[in-house]
Amino acid sequence: MTDARGIIGYGVHLPIHRLDRGDIGRALGRPVGHGSRTVASFDEDAVTMATTAGLRALSAIPGIAVDRLLFATTSPPLADRTNATDIHAALGLDESAAAFDLVGSVRSGVAAVRAALDADGTVVVTTGDVRTGRPQSADEAEGGDAAAALVIGSGEGVVAELLADATVTVPVRYRWRRPGESTASTWEERFGEHALVEPTVRAIAAALKQAQLELAGVDHLIVTGTHARAARRVASAVGADDALVDDLSASVGNAGTAHPWLLLGNVLDRAEPGAVVALVTVTEGADVQIWRATPALADGRAAPTVAAQLVRGRPVDYLTYLTWRGFLARQPPRRPDPVPPAPPPSLRHADWKFGFVAGRCSSCGERNVPPQEVCFACGAVGAMTDERLASERGTITTFSIDRLAYSLHPPVVTAVVDLDGGGRTDLEITDAVPEDIAVGDRVSFAFRIKHQADGVPNYFWKAIPEREAD
Amino acid sequence: MASNGIRDRVAIVGMGCTPFGEHWDRDPGDLLVEASQAAFASAGVTRDDVDAYWVGTLGSGESGLTLSQPLKIANKPVTRVENYCATGSESLRMACYAVASGAYDVAMATGVEKLKDSGFSGLTMSPRPSDGTATETTAPAGFSRIVPAYAAKYGVDPDELKDAITHIAWKNHRNGSLNPLAHFRREVSKDAIACSPLVAGALGIMDCSGVSDGAAAAIVVHAEDAERYTDRPIYVKGLALAAGSGTGAMDRSYDHTTFPEVVASAADAYQQAGLDDPRADLMLAEVHDCFTPTEMVLMEDLGFAERGHAWKEVLAGTFDLDGVLPVNPDGGLKSFGHPIGASGLRMLYECWLQLRGEAGERQISNGRTMALTQNLGGGPGHAVSFVSVVGSQPSA
Repeated sequence: MTDARGIIGYGVHLPIHRLDRGDIGRALGRPVGHGSRTVASFDEDAVTMATTAGLRALSAIPGIAVDRLLFATTSPPLADRTNATDIHAALGLDESAAAFDLVGSVRSGVAAVRAALDADGTVVVTTGDVRTGRPQSADEAEGGDAAAALVIGSGEGVVAELLADATVTVPVRYRWRRPGESTASTWEERFGEHALVEPTVRAIAAALKQAQLELAGVDHLIVTGTHARAARRVASAVGADDALVDDLSASVGNAGTAHPWLLLGNVLDRAEPGAVVALVTVTEGADVQIWRATPALADGRAAPTVAAQLVRGRPVDYLTYLTWRGFLARQPPRRPDPVPPAPPPSLRHADWKFGFVAGRCSSCGERNVPPQEVCFACGAVGAMTDERLASERGTITTFSIDRLAYSLHPPVVTAVVDLDGGGRTDLEITDAVPEDIAVGDRVSFAFRIKHQADGVPNYFWKAIPEREAD
Repeated sequence: MASNGIRDRVAIVGMGCTPFGEHWDRDPGDLLVEASQAAFASAGVTRDDVDAYWVGTLGSGESGLTLSQPLKIANKPVTRVENYCATGSESLRMACYAVASGAYDVAMATGVEKLKDSGFSGLTMSPRPSDGTATETTAPAGFSRIVPAYAAKYGVDPDELKDAITHIAWKNHRNGSLNPLAHFRREVSKDAIACSPLVAGALGIMDCSGVSDGAAAAIVVHAEDAERYTDRPIYVKGLALAAGSGTGAMDRSYDHTTFPEVVASAADAYQQAGLDDPRADLMLAEVHDCFTPTEMVLMEDLGFAERGHAWKEVLAGTFDLDGVLPVNPDGGLKSFGHPIGASGLRMLYECWLQLRGEAGERQISNGRTMALTQNLGGGPGHAVSFVSVVGSQPSA
C-alpha cells in the first residue's frame, strides 16, 4: 500500500462572491436558471485562485520537498510566458522545482493530474478557472470560478490511492473557443450527448474491470464534464443513484479544469477511510479514475472544507459581475491609469512580491517588512534573513477607505498591519465590507491582483479580515 | 543639535505671490514671472541685481531652466529643487544658506506649481518603474489614517474628532475669505463641510486642500544690508529640515498620531531661533493643513497643544484668527490653495505681510514679533518637514 501513488494533500478555493442566476434573468428580462454560481473577485484570476488552493494543499504537509508544479487552466492570464512560474514563487517553492502550464482545454486539468501520477517524486497540481460566457448564455449562468490543488506523491502520507484509470478519446467538436476570446461556442446539445454518453459508459466499465470492482462497490460516484446533459445521462445510464455525488452545479457552477478536483475534494472532506470514489470527467471523450481513501485521510483533510466555503458566500450583483469580467466598461475616476510593474525590479524583489518574504535582522532581531538593505531599527547593513509571511496573521493598526484611488471595485481600502511574528506592513484589504473594518481587526493574507494594466496582472499580497476569511 | 543655524544673518527684503487658483490662461513660467516681478518691485531691485536663483517645483518643470527661460536670466546660477510638498520651503532654505555663506549677496527663492493642467482629481505624480508592490494610497487616504489612530489612542469619540477637523476647515475658509489672493474666498458653513462627499476615511472633499495653480518668490540679502532695501525687513531666525527614515509603514513604534519629522524640525528651528514658548511667543503660525487632521496633529507636534488635546483646543478656538495663537490666518492650503512648489513661500508671504502690518482685514495685533512656517511632504510615516521661524526684530 505504501508504494501506491496517490494524493498526499488537497485544497480547494471558492471565491467569496456568488451571483444569483435569478439576478441575471431579472437584469436581462429572461430566466437563465436557478441557484447561484461562484464569481472570482475583481482581484482574482486563475493564478491567484490556484495559488490559494495550492497553499491549502501544502499546508497539511509542511516542509515537504516539491519536485514539480503543474498548472492547468482554460483562462491563463498570459500566453507564451509560463503562468505556473508566479504560482511557484507565491508557494515559495525551491528554484529546483519545475513549473509547467497545461493551458487551453478543460481536459488539461485531468492531464495535469495524470502526468503527476505518472511522474516520480512529489508533484503539486494546481487547477483554476475563471469561466465566462456571453451575457445571457448558458456558459455564463452555468460556469463557476474556483481552484483546486492536489499534491501527488507516494508513501504513508497518501490519503487517496489510485486504483484504476481508464480513458476514451473521441474527436468530437461540441465546445470550442478561439484563442484570445473569452467566450466559447457550442454545437447543439443533443449532438454532444450522442457522441459522448456511450464511450463514457465504456470507459467506466473498463476502469471498474481494472479495479476489479462492481459498480456497487463504488461509494461515491462523481460525474462531471463540459457537457452537462451528457454527464447527467451517463449517471442515469450507469444507474448508481445512491452513490451519485452532487456536482455543485446549483451552488458553484462548472469550474472547468478545477471542477473534477473540487468535487473530489468535497468527497474527501467527508469520506470514510476505505471509501471508493469513481471520478468521471466527460470532455472530448472521458477520463475515469477510481480512488480509494486510506486511513491517512482522517488526519489529512483540507481546511477549509468545500462545505465551509459553500456557506460563506456573499452576493454580487450582475452589473458588478459584468464590470469585473470586462463586459461592462464603466467610467474610471479622473486619476492616472495604473501602470504595469516593471520586470527588472519585479525580478529583483521576487521573494517579496511573490513569496511574501520578510527580512529578520540577524543583528537586532527586528523584522523588516519588506526586507531592507539597512535595518530600520539598528542600522545593520546586509543582515537580513528570510521569513515567509504567507501563513501568518496580523492586526490592523490603522486604515483608510480611499474613494479617490483607481480600482475596478472602489473604494480601495488600505491598512497598516502589525504582524504576529513581529514587524509591520502596509497592504490593501480585500474581500471585506469597507464599513465593517475597524482598528484591531485580525487579518490573514492572500495572493491577489493589485491592479491590471496593459492587460498584465500585477500580483501581490493583500490582507483579508478574519471574519471574511475561512 | 546638529544645526548651527544662521539666526539673523539673512533677511527677506521683498516678496511676491500670485493669486492662487485656476489659472487656465497662464503657463508655469507666466506665474513665475508674475511672482518674481512682484518680489523685485517689493525689494526695489531688478533681475540683474540678483546673484543666484532657486526654483522649487514638484512637477511643473525640470532644471533651473524652469525659471531662467521665462525670466530670460542669462548665465546665472539657477537651480531647481524638489522636496515633495516642502519644495517651496526648500527653495527658501537654499537661498538663505547661499547668502549666509557669503557666496552671494542677493538671492531669490521662487516656487511654482501648475496642477490644473493635468486634468486629474487631486495630486498625481508620474510613476517610476517599480515592482508594483507599494500600497498605492492617495494623499487624502494616507492622511486620513490619522483619524482612526488618534481616536483609538486618546479615546476620542469619532464624532467629536469629526467636529474638530470640521472646525479647522471652517476656520481656514473663514480666514481665506479675508484674503484677496486666496483660491477660495468664501466662508463655508460647518454643516456643508461635515456633509461634503467622502473622499477617504472620515475626510470629505471639504477636508482637503485646494488643487491650485500659483507661484511665490522672496528676495534674500545679508541682514546688515536689509535696510538698504526696505525699512521693514523680516529676519530669518531659524530654518530646519527633517527627512524621516520613511519607516512608519514597517516600524510598530509609529502610531500615526504624530509626524516625528515635524517634532524634530520644530525642535531644531526653535533652538536656532531661541524660541522657548512657541504658543506664547509666536504672532502667528502658517502650517501645512493639506488635510484637516494634519493641522490638528501639527498643533501637538509644534508644541502649540498638549498631546491628545489639540482637538479640544481647536474646538475652543485657540487657533482661530482671534485666538491665543492664530494658525493659517491667510486661509492655509485649505482655502488659499496648494500649488505644491509655491506653498512654502506662500506661508512665508503671510508672515511677511503680518509682521509688516500689511495683512489688511486679517491683520493680527497681539504685539508679538515672530512667526512660523511649517511645510511638509509625504505622509504619516514617511515625511519631510520644514520649519522656519522669522521675526520683524533682529536679536538684541
